[in-house]
Amino acid sequence: MGSRNIGSSVKRIEDPAILRGRGRFVDDIALPGMLEVAFVRSSEAHARIRGIDIAAAAGLPGVVAVLTFNDLGSSRMVQANPHPLLKQNITQYPLARHEVCYVGETIAMVVAENRYIAEDAAQLVAVDYEPLPAVIDVLEAAKPGAPRAHLDSPDNLVARIPWKFGDPDAAFAGADHVFRSRYTQHRGGCHSIECRGVVAIHDELSEQLTVYSSTQSQYLVQRFLAAYTGRPEAKIRVVAPDVGGGFGPKCAHYPEELALALAAPKLGRPLKWIEDRREHFIATTQTRDQVWDVEVAATRDGKVLALRGRGVHDHGAYVPYGLLLPLGSVVNYPGPYEIKSMDMAIDVVFTNAVPTSPIRGAGRPFANFILERSMDCVARNLKLDRAEVRRRNFIRSEQMPYSTGGKLPNGNPVMFDSGDYQACLDMALQASGYAGFGERRAEARTRGRLLGIGISSYNEDTGIAPHEGAHVRVFSSGKIVVTTGAGAIGQGMKTVLAQIVADELGANPADVQVEAGDTAAFPMGMSTAGSRNTVTAGSAAHLAARQVRDKALRFAAEAMEAHESDLEILEGAVRVKGIPDKHLPLAEIARRLMGFVNVPNPIGFTPGLDATAYHSPERPVYANGTNIAVVEIEPQTGHTRVVDYFVAHDCGRIINPVLVDGQIVGGVAHGISNVLFERMIYDRDSGQPQTTNYGEYLLLTAPDMPRMHLQHMETPSPWNPIGVKGAGEGGTIPCLATVVSAVEDALSDYGVTVNEYPLSPERIVELMEARRSANDRPG
Amino acid sequence: MTDKRTITLTVNGQRHTREVETRMHLADFLRRELRLTGTHLGCEHGVCGACTVLLDGEAVRSCILFAVQAHGCDVITTEGLAAPDGTFSVLQQAFWEKHGLQCGFCTPGMLTTLTAFLRETPDPTEEQVRDAISGNLCRCTGYATIVEAALSAARRLRGEG
Amino acid sequence: MKPSPFKYHDPSSLSEAVGLLGSLENAKLLAGGQSLGPMLNYRYVMPDHLVDLNKVVDLTHIHIEKGRVHVGAMARQRVLERDPGLQKACPIVREALLEVGHFQTRNRGTIGGSLAHLDPAAELPGVMALYDATLELAGPRGKRTVPMAEWGRGYMSPNLEPDEILTGLAWDAWEGVQGHAFVEFARRRGDFAIVAVGCLLALDAKQAIRRAAISLVGVAYAPVRLPSAEKFLIGSKGEEQAIEAAAAEARKIEAKSDLFASGAYRQRLAGVLTARAVKTAYQRALGENAGK
Repeated sequence: MGSRNIGSSVKRIEDPAILRGRGRFVDDIALPGMLEVAFVRSSEAHARIRGIDIAAAAGLPGVVAVLTFNDLGSSRMVQANPHPLLKQNITQYPLARHEVCYVGETIAMVVAENRYIAEDAAQLVAVDYEPLPAVIDVLEAAKPGAPRAHLDSPDNLVARIPWKFGDPDAAFAGADHVFRSRYTQHRGGCHSIECRGVVAIHDELSEQLTVYSSTQSQYLVQRFLAAYTGRPEAKIRVVAPDVGGGFGPKCAHYPEELALALAAPKLGRPLKWIEDRREHFIATTQTRDQVWDVEVAATRDGKVLALRGRGVHDHGAYVPYGLLLPLGSVVNYPGPYEIKSMDMAIDVVFTNAVPTSPIRGAGRPFANFILERSMDCVARNLKLDRAEVRRRNFIRSEQMPYSTGGKLPNGNPVMFDSGDYQACLDMALQASGYAGFGERRAEARTRGRLLGIGISSYNEDTGIAPHEGAHVRVFSSGKIVVTTGAGAIGQGMKTVLAQIVADELGANPADVQVEAGDTAAFPMGMSTAGSRNTVTAGSAAHLAARQVRDKALRFAAEAMEAHESDLEILEGAVRVKGIPDKHLPLAEIARRLMGFVNVPNPIGFTPGLDATAYHSPERPVYANGTNIAVVEIEPQTGHTRVVDYFVAHDCGRIINPVLVDGQIVGGVAHGISNVLFERMIYDRDSGQPQTTNYGEYLLLTAPDMPRMHLQHMETPSPWNPIGVKGAGEGGTIPCLATVVSAVEDALSDYGVTVNEYPLSPERIVELMEARRSANDRPG
Repeated sequence: MTDKRTITLTVNGQRHTREVETRMHLADFLRRELRLTGTHLGCEHGVCGACTVLLDGEAVRSCILFAVQAHGCDVITTEGLAAPDGTFSVLQQAFWEKHGLQCGFCTPGMLTTLTAFLRETPDPTEEQVRDAISGNLCRCTGYATIVEAALSAARRLRGEG
Repeated sequence: MKPSPFKYHDPSSLSEAVGLLGSLENAKLLAGGQSLGPMLNYRYVMPDHLVDLNKVVDLTHIHIEKGRVHVGAMARQRVLERDPGLQKACPIVREALLEVGHFQTRNRGTIGGSLAHLDPAAELPGVMALYDATLELAGPRGKRTVPMAEWGRGYMSPNLEPDEILTGLAWDAWEGVQGHAFVEFARRRGDFAIVAVGCLLALDAKQAIRRAAISLVGVAYAPVRLPSAEKFLIGSKGEEQAIEAAAAEARKIEAKSDLFASGAYRQRLAGVLTARAVKTAYQRALGENAGK
């Protein structure tokens, strides 16, 4: 295959329209007769609904309808990800029935001429609540006798997820050292700059329901709408238009989507609902708390024999997305390490807060944090260098493919395909000046600053199952169109597919048109998540384009009476190598294969110049890397900033370097934002969210970013035709541990261990003072 | 009864006269009345900057400005940055070349903010660029390529290629 | 997040504005809109009437004559930031303004809006406290003035009746060899201050401090002057112990706890920032003296 475009930082084909202000995001859709929706949401964390008075709201001029439970759906929403371990499979009603279980839960739906009026009316809806005890704190929720987040539940236990292999008991019994730590982690919310949004249109003539949604999972939405409404899937079209960031929460299927899909046929007019930022804080899924008590069994040489831990995960009030988030936080052990035994079990509990679901990294950051802090813990206690401990524990590249001992959901053993973890660590160590860091630390001290350096290594399952597909077609005009079920959420997927297809068909990526995200345009797909698009859709596009290429060459060979091996495809035509004037345009081949009236098709050729292919990975492919952070703390105030951030990263074959860099830097930004700035605060007693605007909930801004230093390795994966691995989450996954490791290193004079995040300046001061006064205590 | 006013303003060089409800903010006026959907709403409380437009040449948050306040004013949105023949501005071109956008939702605000900033500070340091966009939130890029694009555009505008 | 409906008024004269405010029920004044806008969009406030001051004639002036500064309440923060006369007479104003929000918000925000809104973490009130500014009000009962020390009555409650309008601020620039510093601790660039400290120092012929003003922002519902700390500085030449004494006074201040920081942490910051502000102001004063 030619590689003129693959590996090249081709300018994105998505950009010109957006730069001109001609993106088409869901709120940009305006249709004749369209009405706008505002939701009445629960102002109580837990309450019985005694009554809903809609009279005043319904009577407001400009209001078309005020809908409640009885008007829409009488059953709970379909479970997106069923799992045998799900003990309490409680999903929401599209509009609440008798009980609300978090501030933000949908109660009523106001439909009006415009959003201004809809909000006026929503304010007039009077809900009669009978407040009930609410539980917010994840540890409280897990205790026996805790207030129940759901009245009819026996307790708050959603699931107990074990992850066990090897012989942990023996490992602990025989270990030279056992270290115990508690880890407290919190990651906040989604905060894509575009909130969610839905437009639902029912066409009476065709009985087709069309839903535009700012979603990452248009096929799942289609499937669940069909299952809930009873409407055939073929009569439901779900389109993801331009999506302004997804990051995971836009994968879930939401009550608002369903409510609009149910209401549009009833009201006979297109409906639009756009989530505003206040709603985003209380209605879009988050990833909040996980608390773990973990023991590490180690030899005196720092080899980790086993990890044993018990964790609790805050799942919020419902499980719309099954157990994918807490599962992701256990199945990734042992990470890049040769740890032979594992016993990590997590209890997933309900709380009266917004439901949680995966956000960039999807549970893996939780696991990475514990693995990496454990490595630092071993190093610290055994007085070994942190990098050396990792070296002693890494799976070596000669051991690939490596079976960890764990099992995938389908029963297959977890296997890592390829990767040289030590090489990435070495690259990062070298680039960061880790060996000579003492000098930098001393210099900072002369300025009254504490400098620290932290390491985190990781591997990551990417390109997760199931399939994605692509259809590649050359039209009679010569235009090449790629259609895929995979969705674009800003990562440049269309450009990547254009590059792959352009290389197969000797074209310019700018001339390849890519259509994505429409269930009517392409029959099957899954979702844009889990760093999977380049692996799945990319491989599929490659396979389909290869088939088109082969067909074109075969046809041309016959037509031109040449050998296929003497032909190549260049600039829109099949050409004889060395004699470019002897050529047959792809457009002409397409025309002949598309046929003429009363002319039989060419013998031995199916109609058209196109092909459809799917890539269905049997196993994930594993990216890996090492991150190193340099952090500077001002001890007087606790102000902490990340000064330099080094990434040595391996995502297999790189299609577009600048796009991969963009994913890494963006992922790191998300991670630093989680560690130093983001905390979704709920009042423990009332369950009221306290941080519901961007003055109270802080996102990282441009001046907060460190100098970034990126290096790449390309260890191709043997498990897909283009050798790629995913890159979307590799910046985030290790970032939390990297920064915390650096903070701990900076505070080493104070003898502080840091096993938590987020870390505010005040918290840093608290840690320093606590340790100092502990040290001062009379012995 | 709804309170309305008739306003006249110039948007991207074109004059418009419309009757508007007084509580409609400028961003909604641009998006809904004029169908200029390039200006985006990311927070509607004046923090994220996605709604930034140029009002009489100055970068302002259009979600916390009422349309009636823009009566008689000159507004430039992201749709008005390119030349009449469609040629990108130097800054837009730099964003394209430097991968300065991913999902594109914050991009209109970044473009208008930086257009105003570079006009006033044609030879900025990296720190000054970061400061200039400290009031614009991006969740995708980590800001690095946006800063690169701004510095590249500044160089080109100064004639340094 | 759309505002609730209101009737919009855009008076072109101060008397018209006063008349409107006096006769309308549940009316709010619109100045820069950078604080009110979000509150309207969130429906934290739902006025029946919005009185826009942006077209009222001559509330935007900046006059400096013989060291007396007079600023109209509707003077835009960005305009104040760039005014050369103000920069010369009162450089601390600009230093504080660069901490106020972002340049986009300063393009619309006004000095009067900041003082009337009186967010505890707002920087401009802290500067006005340093200068013991006089705030000028107009209302149906006529005009009156309020000294800055009496401006804050409670949380976001200035000494301003619902039917009064803040029209201007006046203060005396300091004379002679002087230094200034506005030092802020915030989580990110442009955020509200968790704690900020403003400091003005004037020196005598022997480089001893003859006059000092220190104000703290973010610890209470309004900026707080620190006369006890100022006292320690008079007569000193910026020695370590004098600065530490001033910082110790700052640490004693009663400081509020909220979502962003505890009172104890604010006290700590007050001490750290006071020391920094005094040090910097003194260095600048020396530098100014060296230039003479």
